[in-house]
Amino acid sequence: MGVDITLIWAVIIAFGIMMYVVMDGFDLGIGLLFFTVRDKEERDVMMNTVAPVWDGNETWLVLGGAGLFGAFPLAYSVVLSALYLPLIVMLIGLIFRGVAFEFRFKAHERRRHLWDMAFIGGSLVATFAQGVVLGAFIDGLPVRDHAYAGGSLDWLRPFPLFCGLALLAAYAQLGATWLIMKTEGELQAHMYRLSLRLAWTLLAVIVLVSLWTPLAHAAIAHRWFSLPNLLFFSPVPVLVALCFVAKLYALAHRHTVTPFIITLMVIFLGYSGLAISLWPNIIPPAVSLWDAAAPPESQLFSLVGALFILPFILVYTAWSYYVFRGKVRVGDGYH
Amino acid sequence: MDTQATTAFFLARIQFAFTVGFHIIFPAITIGLASFLVVLEALWLKTGREAYRDLYHYWSKIFAVNFGMGVVSGVVMAWQFGTNWSRFAYFAGGITGPLLTYEVLTAFFLEAGFLGVMLFGWNRVGRGLHFLATAMVSLGTLISTFWILASNSWMQTPQGYRVIDGRAVPVDWLAVIFNPSFPYRLAHMAIAAFLATACFVGACAAWHLRRRNDNAPIRTALSMAMWMAVIVAPIQAVVGDQHGLNTLEHQPAKIAAIEGHWVNVPGQPSPLVLVGWPDMKAEETRYAIEVPVLGSLILTHSLTRQIPALKSFPPEDRPDSTIVFWSFRLMVGMGVLMILMGVWALVLRVRGALYSSRAFLFFAQYMGPAGLVALLAGWVTTEVGRQPWVVYGVMRTVDATSPTPAVQLGLSLALFVVVYFALFGTGIVYILRLVRKGPQPHEGERVRHGGAGRARTPARPLSAASEDGDEHRQSSDAQR
Ligand code: HDD
Ligand code: HEM
Ligand code: HEM
Repeated sequence: MGVDITLIWAVIIAFGIMMYVVMDGFDLGIGLLFFTVRDKEERDVMMNTVAPVWDGNETWLVLGGAGLFGAFPLAYSVVLSALYLPLIVMLIGLIFRGVAFEFRFKAHERRRHLWDMAFIGGSLVATFAQGVVLGAFIDGLPVRDHAYAGGSLDWLRPFPLFCGLALLAAYAQLGATWLIMKTEGELQAHMYRLSLRLAWTLLAVIVLVSLWTPLAHAAIAHRWFSLPNLLFFSPVPVLVALCFVAKLYALAHRHTVTPFIITLMVIFLGYSGLAISLWPNIIPPAVSLWDAAAPPESQLFSLVGALFILPFILVYTAWSYYVFRGKVRVGDGYH
Repeated sequence: MDTQATTAFFLARIQFAFTVGFHIIFPAITIGLASFLVVLEALWLKTGREAYRDLYHYWSKIFAVNFGMGVVSGVVMAWQFGTNWSRFAYFAGGITGPLLTYEVLTAFFLEAGFLGVMLFGWNRVGRGLHFLATAMVSLGTLISTFWILASNSWMQTPQGYRVIDGRAVPVDWLAVIFNPSFPYRLAHMAIAAFLATACFVGACAAWHLRRRNDNAPIRTALSMAMWMAVIVAPIQAVVGDQHGLNTLEHQPAKIAAIEGHWVNVPGQPSPLVLVGWPDMKAEETRYAIEVPVLGSLILTHSLTRQIPALKSFPPEDRPDSTIVFWSFRLMVGMGVLMILMGVWALVLRVRGALYSSRAFLFFAQYMGPAGLVALLAGWVTTEVGRQPWVVYGVMRTVDATSPTPAVQLGLSLALFVVVYFALFGTGIVYILRLVRKGPQPHEGERVRHGGAGRARTPARPLSAASEDGDEHRQSSDAQR
């Protein structure tokens, strides 16, 4: 058996999207939490915790897009044209979020609140739209003759919309636990309280999605609940439950780093659950990774680069996080 | 095609042209300023002259604002191939996709990874590391130029592929990347970015000198920008000429449209139309003022050979001559003005009047946008001249669309227009505000860095541009 390049590419793209969800997840989450904090200085601190790394975080989204384009052009063209409106809305949300980050510190005092609103609104819209895209994707996109064959408003259904809300909870939880790690004092105490509530919300959301998907999709139900799969996959929900308990414990005992780590694990588990449900499709319900693969010449060419360069990227990204390590305090800049 | 589809097609093109046209403005300045900053930091490390360090800190703020806008408008571009041109994405994804992937891996991550340190790390890391960060960001912008132009040039002059089962399959990657128009386009575009930046930097310095805000950093900036103009603008004209010859070989219809040249009289050399109004319906160039033989001379470098004529291409294969005729002349006109500016600056320099000639400073100030105007005009020439093909000779633009309905395209286009003008308009105002403040002597000393203690000190790319609360308020008040 030769090496399956298509599979390796699927793993790389899944990894890229995962990195995106985690990294941009916490900085979008900070945008979502902005409206619960009124104090100007505390808002500055919140922003400053992600400021030097924000751009790198978003680049993972670009990698996801470009990787899909290069390795699975069919998936890129079908998914992007099927989900046109939510994606455009997401991009516009990201623009508002991005420039607000930036213009906020440049604006006159009087206009500052406008950029705060742009920051909150942009994060909200982008997150919700990403959730809708995810939900519509899980629900499946019909494909005929290498093109999307459904309606252009098919994503406007309860499940995708619910996924939009679910992602809001997940990102907010990531953001809150990140801030626990990077801040102190009143702001941190506020984040502890919020995290506790968000932990419950997130649990409820995960349970709902995990029930809803198999109920709505017989194939997914079959994947999970037939033997012996049930045995193989049961660690996933068990681990989610364990993580939840551990998170409550860590929050109660005022741990600073653990809540964030545990949230990362929960997101990772949810993500693997999704992969189990959808495998081996890249456009559910019917197009598999291999059906959508680019010609092997294309995949091999970019794979060489990806395998060689990704380690370097991880190293200098880590270095940049390291340079800006530690707590951020009121009045701190990174200069 | 029914009207629905025609409208959708039209809207998709407008949307792409609008978003990419906005995007390219920021990268052009990013590319130029990044290299400028490397030079400034290197000179500062080498000579220790303060003017260099002050200029570095001044321009890095403007760089930061501009970079941020380049990123957010660029993220939109990366998705547009799928949202607006899904059939193109399916057909050519196996070729342009990997090129874009390489751009992300080798360029975007490099820029993003070192940007934080470049903008906020002056005192967090040592001098050498900081210089490395600046150099890496700048390298990233140039690598980015390399890949995106490889991709675009492949669409202009495709080679190294075979069409199998309705999609393009690469057979020779070196041939794909180093396709015939790529070297010319890469050189022409990189130089265009440098020139656009030189015009911008020079205009900023001239504006201050005209207001008698005269200090060492400002003089240094003007001098450096004018060296750039005098050396590089003529090179650009030569590169552009070579580029044109290359296009003549590979896309003759584009050249015919650029020249507004409709028919060849057998046995006679072709004239050059200086001005006129190409009329696509009447198939002629109205009000044409022609110079006999010159067309043959410039494009074939001979007195006898003819240049291609539009009527020898079937009507459905002709690009819109009215647009490219004028966009091309606009670009060349700007190029000529830049050469003039460079020469004039050189003469003044020799006479020791570079910083005091009112007429010259006036001219240099108004040349500020000239580089960007030429650059946009150049892209319009290239892209409109490629029509009706999206991959030249292989796939027509009409066949490249997505199934998205016109209503949604119209809606999103309206959104883009409103959002871009509002947000990027504000960003440009912020940049101009920074420009007006001007580089301050000893500016670099005040960049104390080192962490805590300054409210409002931002830690974002763009926010590096913030006027640092208290320390600078005095000087900026004095300016106002
Ligand atoms: C000649 C250069 C050039 C050209 C023709 C383009 N770009 Fe660009 N782009 C850059 C040069 C650049 C840059 C200099 O690398 C930028 C500008 C500011 C920045 O942050 O990087 C950038 C940013 C940028 C980003 C954000 C990168 C990040 O997250 O850091 C994306 C996704 C794109 N671009 C994608 C595109 C696409 C799909 C284009 C084609 C339609 C395109 N660009 C044309
Ligand atoms: C960055 C500077 C660029 C500018 C200003 C620019 C400008 C334009 C314009 C004005 C059109 C519309 C032509 C028409 O509708 O008649 C167009 C079309 C197009 N361009 Fe570019 N372009 C640029 C770069 C690129 C690059 C780098 C790529 C590819 C990698 C690209 C791909 C396309 C595609 C796919 C179209 C087809 C859509 C269409 O024909 O309208 N462009 N561009
Ligand atoms: C002064 C003489 C110049 C000549 C003879 C010239 C020639 C050309 C030609 C023939 C093209 C079209 C190539 C094609 O699509 O096949 C082009 C494109 C272009 N020009 Fe120029 N040009 C000149 C000056 C400039 C200047 C001063 C700038 C900007 C500062 C500029 C920026 C561009 C850009 C961005 C493009 C599109 C990208 C490309 O195809 O290279 N040009 N030029």
